[in-house]
Amino acid sequence: MYQYDSYDQTLVDERVAQYRGQVQRYLAGELSDDEFRPLRLMNGLYLQRHAPMLRVAIPYGLLSSEQLRALAHIARRYDRGFGHFTTRQNIQYNWPKLEDTPDILAELARVEMHAIQTSGNCIRNVTADHLSGVAPDEIEDPRIYCEIIRQWSTFHPEFSYLPRKFKIAVTGAIHDRVAAQVHDIGLNLLRNDLGEIGFRVLVGGGLGRTPIIGQVIREFLPQRDLLSYLEAILRVYNQHGRRDNIYKARIKILVKALGAAVFRQQVEAEWAQIKDSGLVLDAAEVERVRRYFAPPPYQPDAAEDLSFPQWLKADPAFAAWVRHNVAAHKVSGYRNVFVALKEPGTPPGDITAGQMDTVADLADRYSFGQIRSTHHQNLLLADVRQANLYPLWHALQSQKLAAPVIGTLADMICCPGLDFCSLANASSIAIAQQINEKFDRLDYLYDLGELRLNMSGCMNACGHHHVGHIGILGVDKKGEEWYQISLGGSSENDVTLGDILGPSVPKAEVANTLERILGVYVAQREDGERFLDTFRRIGLEPFRTRAYAPGSNEAKQEEERYAIGY
Amino acid sequence: MPSVIKNRAISEDRWQHLADDAELPSGPVIVSLARWRRDRATLQDRGEPVGVRLPNTVNVADLAADLPTLALVALEFPKFTDGRAYSQARLLRERYGYRGEIRAVGDVLRDQLRFMARSGFDAFELRADRNLEDALEAFGEFSDSYQPAADQPLPLYRRGR
Repeated sequence: MYQYDSYDQTLVDERVAQYRGQVQRYLAGELSDDEFRPLRLMNGLYLQRHAPMLRVAIPYGLLSSEQLRALAHIARRYDRGFGHFTTRQNIQYNWPKLEDTPDILAELARVEMHAIQTSGNCIRNVTADHLSGVAPDEIEDPRIYCEIIRQWSTFHPEFSYLPRKFKIAVTGAIHDRVAAQVHDIGLNLLRNDLGEIGFRVLVGGGLGRTPIIGQVIREFLPQRDLLSYLEAILRVYNQHGRRDNIYKARIKILVKALGAAVFRQQVEAEWAQIKDSGLVLDAAEVERVRRYFAPPPYQPDAAEDLSFPQWLKADPAFAAWVRHNVAAHKVSGYRNVFVALKEPGTPPGDITAGQMDTVADLADRYSFGQIRSTHHQNLLLADVRQANLYPLWHALQSQKLAAPVIGTLADMICCPGLDFCSLANASSIAIAQQINEKFDRLDYLYDLGELRLNMSGCMNACGHHHVGHIGILGVDKKGEEWYQISLGGSSENDVTLGDILGPSVPKAEVANTLERILGVYVAQREDGERFLDTFRRIGLEPFRTRAYAPGSNEAKQEEERYAIGY
Repeated sequence: MPSVIKNRAISEDRWQHLADDAELPSGPVIVSLARWRRDRATLQDRGEPVGVRLPNTVNVADLAADLPTLALVALEFPKFTDGRAYSQARLLRERYGYRGEIRAVGDVLRDQLRFMARSGFDAFELRADRNLEDALEAFGEFSDSYQPAADQPLPLYRRGR
């Protein structure tokens, strides 16, 4: 993985000192709340419902075991012994003290980490496929480019006070696992007819109040032009993005207002002026960074191990875990192992300090000392020999990190919701719990097959509810928590935004409503169809008519809508 | 005479901001874009330096032809969180080769000075309630930068990293 040189290290050390000074000036009353807000946000610090929340950057989701142990240490010393992994591969602490945050950053800097630009109206942590470098369908490792973009965007003097936050995701594989099409910029690595590396560039995707799918503005951007093209996009946005209304300030609104063709013309005109500037990405720099992501020393005979197929036959629980929580690897004899942060009774994405230490130790023993965080709020050990899967499974089980539910209904994306977040309208963790309790039988979860359930506690959509096969959105109705359900979303290659089912349901009815919706799927599905496939074939109506409890107000509302042909 | 930060030092400010309807005093003046367009000949005939204050919604290309005659361009920060003038400053320096003073005016605060300096600003009218001595520390907070900008045409990796 990338290792800091003296320049990188100096920069994060200087950042700690700068931030320490800013906190001191704030506490001394020299900085107002309004003046301090963007400064602390650019260091990932929110002032939340109960306590500050600190979001720490995990660039493109890659961690060393040493870094994960440092995160565990921070959880113990400065928080309440746990952390929460986010959909953008970062980790959040919910209980630090403002006064401690400079020390936390100093602890992070010691292990080449930081919280730079994890919030604020600037270029955020760049995310990548959690299977980077190991996916069988990979064209090129996106982490190389993510690191290059990270450096270009860090303390960018022109783009630190943008109209709104700015998120970039990079995919290097055929299968989009990072929701690139709903990012401000999505970059898909590809090769042209000459075999040269380049990027398909999408702009203007995003969720929130106005969910929009990104549009391609360039089919093939050569590698050398990556940074100049990004700079051109950001410059057009910085000058022309709306600043009069926070809800209309994202680049998606600008792209929509201008139309993708006009936006593209503006970007290309700007780019023409800077494409041969100092921003040209020379091949030597790409190679320098690439060396940090070289494959680990795989054992050539890993596939010859005979114990793994034997254990698969002998132990059905192990086989179920392998079927769900283990993914194919491009190297024969190796597998990708998901460390499930989806234990029933625990908020999705949460992990204790003890679990972090265990995962770090297991990474050292079984996966070359590296860990990845995923968009779906799990961890991944990417380079596990098949012979080690059985002992690894036991070790993960003993720490409650082996719930065999990856890719199922129980593998929910969930924001912190009303329990922590001051933006939320409704709780999401409690709903996750309610769903886990309702759907606690593994055979039923397995029968439902691949299902993406995404849940947000408010329309800011941190839980990506628009692009869940099933999406749940918490809404406030006269001080009560209600939940709007949408169906048919996807954030992958077949991206779609979900359709709203109908009236929202009261808190106690969420899991029951899901049960009725899933009943429609089970009754109507054809061979091998996923929920999403069935939905796309039969449409919303069959779900709508069955989703609401007979006799409930919501069901009556639905009948009335239907009767007047609404 | 009020003070201003110029080239990373505190100095007395010899420039006066002139309202559109104010009488022309002696000495260097900063006028609005509207007044510059209206009174250009009069302003130039005085033989004293002239500066123009640009709203952050103006395309600096519109001023390109006038730049050789302007000793100063003032760029506005209506709120310190409104970052449009960073792009204007970089374009003035990097695209139009402007060598005169680029002055930050408005909600100008210490914690943004380094970004401004890297974008091409070399003079800063701090908000009146701020201590200029303290603000000078902002320039020394970081020893290097990754990306090119107005102060450095090459990225770190092309400078013998």
